[in-house]
Amino acid sequence: MRNLLPLLLAGTITSLKIFALTLLFSIPLGAVVARGRMSKNRVVSALVNIYIMIMRGTPLILQLLFVYFGPYYLFGASYDRFTAVIIGFVINYAAYFAEIYRGGVQSIPVGQWEASLVLGFSKAHTFTHVIVPQVVKRIIPAMGNEVITLVKDTALAQTIGVAELFRVAQSASARQFSTTPIVIAGLFYFIMNGVVSRLFDLFEKKLDYYQ
Amino acid sequence: MSIITVENVTKNFDELGVLRGISFTLNEGEVLSIIGPSGSGKSTLLRCLTQLERIDGGRIEVCSMTMAESDETGAVHYADAKTLKEIRLKLGLVFQNFNLFPHMSVLRNITEALINVLGQSKEEAKDTARRLLVKMGLEEKEASYPCHLSGGQQQRVSIARALALNPTVLCFDEPTSALDPELTIEILKVIKDLAKEKMTMIVVTHEMAFARDISDRVIFMDEGHIVEEGPPEILFNNPTKERTKRFLSRYGQ
Repeated sequence: MRNLLPLLLAGTITSLKIFALTLLFSIPLGAVVARGRMSKNRVVSALVNIYIMIMRGTPLILQLLFVYFGPYYLFGASYDRFTAVIIGFVINYAAYFAEIYRGGVQSIPVGQWEASLVLGFSKAHTFTHVIVPQVVKRIIPAMGNEVITLVKDTALAQTIGVAELFRVAQSASARQFSTTPIVIAGLFYFIMNGVVSRLFDLFEKKLDYYQ
Repeated sequence: MSIITVENVTKNFDELGVLRGISFTLNEGEVLSIIGPSGSGKSTLLRCLTQLERIDGGRIEVCSMTMAESDETGAVHYADAKTLKEIRLKLGLVFQNFNLFPHMSVLRNITEALINVLGQSKEEAKDTARRLLVKMGLEEKEASYPCHLSGGQQQRVSIARALALNPTVLCFDEPTSALDPELTIEILKVIKDLAKEKMTMIVVTHEMAFARDISDRVIFMDEGHIVEEGPPEILFNNPTKERTKRFLSRYGQ
């Protein structure tokens, strides 16, 4: 038990790294993907749509295997497992975020664009000062769902051999013939998601001043 | 002096002619009402003037600047972006459903364009906004958000927002259609006061008594045409066209 907690904490650090890096890259990448999906250029929009369909239509675990082993089978090149995990998670979550952003942008009444145009705002100013603030408020609940799922999805990193929290807990469990490590790991996920939900609640409240 | 000249303007939506050759002029200080049944093209006409829609033929001139013009082949050429922006700021538009920015306070709804489009300082913009809010009887509401205002108050904010840019012409697109009768009176009074100040205005409306009351000239539109045009006392009391008579009789005129 004395050795268990440091082990689990190390695993938790790895899980949190995956979590943080995934958000850091997929939140902005999702905006780029959403922009492509809404492009007036049909080829761009169709290609982006295919990408989104693949990302949402196949298991993340399969995508992780593909991202890590794909380059090896295709070019004989292998690379760092952790990097592969981050790439796999980022391209998967960016697709989900993109669809949330797109739904948010399209839910803003066209009158907001029209009023901005008549007042002489540039498109960029309209987007950043009129549309985006309203989109942010509308997508918080959906984003909260995805981020909570991400905390739990980090457990999939073990499929390509990254020792995150759940993997560490499982091995400890096998060594000690005890389910305790797994139960503790479950508790850790639960606490992390408690923090995530709380943050989203606060964020939602902060934007409660208008409807 | 003519501020807006519209010549033979056409607009199609999916092959359907919404405007079929509209021509009229608007003079400085004049209040022009546009009436007509739903789908007659009156809102579309206003949206073409304010560049929310592109015309498919004809010519529009605002303050001696050509906004759009079709050539011999019928292709429409719009002015360069700089001229279009200049023209845009000459025309204010008040929407039927206000279109205030819900995430901005009443004050910021008004100052946002003053600061970011006209380049005024924050203080200058706030002064302008406060002056207009007093005029609209909303000086108490500058810190409120649109969701906390009544429809009539929201529409008054949107009028203040349009007036802040000091437009040459203020256009109203059915400004009372989203309001109940009591609030309608409130907005009509504001427009009436603006008319007294000799504000040049185009008002698309279903309020016949109001149009008769404030207008210098009334245009009756149907099916994309101007059926009849004239001073209100003639158009309402003595219309020459059968179509106008039929329309007005339904409004109990």
